[in-house]
Amino acid sequence: MKGICVITEFRNGAFRQVSFEVVSEGRRLADALGEPLVAIALGDGVTAEAPTLGHYGVEKIYVVDEPGLKDYLPEIYVPVIAEILKAVQPKMVLGPASVDGKDLSARLAACLDTGLAQDCIELKLENGVFKAKRPIYGGKAYAWCAWAEDVYPQMASCRPNAMKCSAPDTSKNALIETPAVSLPKTVKSRVINVEPAGDKVDLVEAQIVVSGGRGMKSAENFALLEELAQLLGAAVGASRPVVDEGWRPHADQVGQTGKVVNPKLYIAIGISGSTQHQAGMGSSEIIVAINKDPEAPIFTIATYGVVADLFEFIPLFIEELKRLKVA
Amino acid sequence: MNVVVLLKQVPDTGTAIKIADDGKSIVENNITWIINPYDEYAVEAALRLKKDIRDMNITILSLGSEQTERSIRTALAMGADSGVLVNDPAAEGSDALGKAKVLAAALKEISFDLIFCGHRAVDDDDNQVGIMVAELLGIPHLGMAVAVEIESGQVMIDRQIEGAKVRSGSCLPALITFGGAHAIWKPRLPSLLGMKQAGKKTLDIKTLADLGLLPEQVGSAAAKIMVISLEMPEPRQAGLVIEGDTPAKAEELARLLREAGAI
Repeated sequence: MKGICVITEFRNGAFRQVSFEVVSEGRRLADALGEPLVAIALGDGVTAEAPTLGHYGVEKIYVVDEPGLKDYLPEIYVPVIAEILKAVQPKMVLGPASVDGKDLSARLAACLDTGLAQDCIELKLENGVFKAKRPIYGGKAYAWCAWAEDVYPQMASCRPNAMKCSAPDTSKNALIETPAVSLPKTVKSRVINVEPAGDKVDLVEAQIVVSGGRGMKSAENFALLEELAQLLGAAVGASRPVVDEGWRPHADQVGQTGKVVNPKLYIAIGISGSTQHQAGMGSSEIIVAINKDPEAPIFTIATYGVVADLFEFIPLFIEELKRLKVA
Repeated sequence: MNVVVLLKQVPDTGTAIKIADDGKSIVENNITWIINPYDEYAVEAALRLKKDIRDMNITILSLGSEQTERSIRTALAMGADSGVLVNDPAAEGSDALGKAKVLAAALKEISFDLIFCGHRAVDDDDNQVGIMVAELLGIPHLGMAVAVEIESGQVMIDRQIEGAKVRSGSCLPALITFGGAHAIWKPRLPSLLGMKQAGKKTLDIKTLADLGLLPEQVGSAAAKIMVISLEMPEPRQAGLVIEGDTPAKAEELARLLREAGAI
């Protein structure tokens, strides 16, 4: 049992950013351990991009490049990865806690009869033992977890935006290996269709989130937030009442029973700030609250608070941002 | 068609979380226990399919304690047909894999075409048990469904990944985990008649021994991963409330964010 193995996520011809974050974290832990860092790269057309993983500190990359790997399907991905891991025998397997990443990690952990810490925000090596910190109760608390003795591989998925991504070093190169793994011949499940959602910034992975609450008063008024988001390169989120009203899609819901986000900047507009909503955004680096009610609970956690009518404030704020040439 | 819905009882999401004296669990006084919202969506999804598939039988399967019966009865009141509760103190302290092993053992005794469950429970947010059950049973799974259909012996779901909506399908038997939100599924409230009927529906209680399992296989001694301590998040301080008239506030906020390197 030696080293750390990172499972990367490759989609639409590129590794997703979270892959580099996980590799960076893997590199840090491998250095602490004094053992190698390797990665697994599955996909269709992944060979051309695989070397970039080396720039983030991976020493050896196991590449499986097949049309059958174009879209994530657990029935195909899990056996292929399990087969590669039989040869690699790492101490720890790290993966992204993206939608598919969490799915894959769970099935793989059961396949390998091991323990998995999902959605980790911190990992550390303490006296030779790995420990993982992960949010529970939607982020209202954190749990430190450890694996039982002699349990290998120790598996952890890493929350997007939580691990520091190192700067790529193009002078570093990894060895590329193409293991002779074949995809399962017969499968009972399949991906029927993939419909891209356009260029929208993903809510969970966004650096900036502009979020609207009941104070927005209607679906149409969200056009104002979309304009602001466009300017900032931000994703647009929503509180639960807004989604329940049907003003915004459920995928935009931020909160304990929605998405938990941890961007650099979260702008809460017309949101009162229930505990469930706070659970979903409370770990954002900077929180800005705009609400005409000075007693709104959101102000108790906001870095910067603005008590104002959002319909007056936001257009002025947009103008100011344009003046500062933000875009 | 037999659908089994895996159901977990969790603290209401409005619960204020306090760390207990042992440092690795939460204080459980004054908690209102509810059906895990994502499992509730799974129950609702099954009930909606039952409208079109007359001979569908819906069984609720839970791993829990005596108080879990209440949540199972609620699901029965919504319209599910029967329940099975695995209640054994020896199963306490199990990790996700341990729980999955218990559920898989219980499922081996139930005839099923489909297993539905939430993709995660809103207490531990582990996001594992359902998928692990599928792996242990050797059946396909499709995760994070926001829509589900059954047609010609196939189950189809829509799921959302970053930047795309995916349609996936599987032969039966299969396990489906549910995502989405309350706005999508709008789980029905049990009717008075439903509540009356729920009391008469079968709710079997099982122990690990009934399922042919030993505590060492699934309890805390078997756990591959455990919680060693809980921590509360750093309390956020209330920050700066910006003063001035509205245009001045807009200018100041932009300036502060620019200075903080946020924009």
